[in-house]
Amino acid sequence: MADTTLASAAQPLARRGVGLPFALLVLAAVAATTTLAGARFGLMLVLGLGFGLVLEGLRFGFAGPWRAMILRRDPGGVLAQLLSIALVALAAIPLLGSGADELVGSQGRIGWAMIGGAFVFGTAMQVVLGCGSGTLVNAGSGNAVALVALPLFCIGSLLGTLHLDWWTGLGALPPIVLSGGTGLAVTLALLAGTAAIVLARAAPGTRRIPGRYVLAAVLLAALAIANLVVAGQPWGVVYGLGLWAAKGASAVGVDLSASAFWAAPINAERLGASILTDYTSLTNIGMILGAAWISLRRPGALDQPVARLPARAWVAAALSGLVLGYSSRLAFGCNVGAFYSGIATGSLHGWVWFAAAFAGSVLGLRLRPWFGMEPRQ
Amino acid sequence: MTRRTIAAVACAMVAGLIALDLAAVRPNPYDAPALLALGSGAAPVGGFCGAPASVPGS
Repeated sequence: MADTTLASAAQPLARRGVGLPFALLVLAAVAATTTLAGARFGLMLVLGLGFGLVLEGLRFGFAGPWRAMILRRDPGGVLAQLLSIALVALAAIPLLGSGADELVGSQGRIGWAMIGGAFVFGTAMQVVLGCGSGTLVNAGSGNAVALVALPLFCIGSLLGTLHLDWWTGLGALPPIVLSGGTGLAVTLALLAGTAAIVLARAAPGTRRIPGRYVLAAVLLAALAIANLVVAGQPWGVVYGLGLWAAKGASAVGVDLSASAFWAAPINAERLGASILTDYTSLTNIGMILGAAWISLRRPGALDQPVARLPARAWVAAALSGLVLGYSSRLAFGCNVGAFYSGIATGSLHGWVWFAAAFAGSVLGLRLRPWFGMEPRQ
Repeated sequence: MTRRTIAAVACAMVAGLIALDLAAVRPNPYDAPALLALGSGAAPVGGFCGAPASVPGS
């Protein structure tokens, strides 16, 4: 991920005219969603566009900063992630603890499958250099590896839902949530402690957060809080991808009613309803369109040739997509649903997910050259 | 092939997904929830990546 100044990164945001027809199409999509489904769903699409614009416009994400920390001991991106999570936690944990029954946090069950799933997700995430949100944003901005991985991500997520009960049956704790004032204090202390460890491990001269990352952290936090307030649930990615594949499977005659996951009332209702009324689907769609929009406005960004990779790299991209989808279901989310939203809403599984996925990322970075994704070291 | 083609395919996939879904099921705008969940008094009913209702103990 290129290190640019805040001014140069923000420049495309201010550029006018280049993507005007596309902008009109996007606005028409928001208007159509609002008209067809309702104002809340139109607003969710707007929030998704915001996520895409921020992540691609400010070159922020999850996989890249972890890679920078592991390979170069550059802590800026990871620190920005922790800052953003802290900002969300400051609003989300009090809101969830206020007795508002309209809101729910991201909860996951710490267990063998969850930990293994997070580890494998971290590995695959570094092979394709994209997590859940990263794969969507990268596909929208013209990354062919992400485009290959995305459909398999959806299918893998569906397969994960079909086996989730079996995997969780291997052993899992009930959801553990840090709530109230104490929960917020513990979450902020853990975030500060993690930041201190990251800073201690950082290479000399890198112990700072670049300005564009600070801006991205603040904007992402604002969008994530808005996501919780509007949808009643935190920002997530994986559910929507699995839902798309499940709808596709149902359309070609696959009966999912025998699946405990899809037979659950909430999921059965989602399966029979329009994706324009599914929150994670709308923010996922918004992220792809937002990333495409900002790429259109960035001179020359879409004129670059597609990366020339060996055949095994494309096979690795496809398989990694499948693994990303499957493992993220077992892990109760990806970097967004488990790590970012999990920790920000006080779920302990977010912390366990972070540790396991970070360890998996170390392995993934070692695998990348073997798959032809980059020159061998 | 440039990144423009890839981005166009990604957007076309999104458009196709929405079109196919709309062909199968239409949302009902008269059934729409309040603009904001917070303060609406309605319990959240959306699907999410976290622990699903089907998993015992969640």
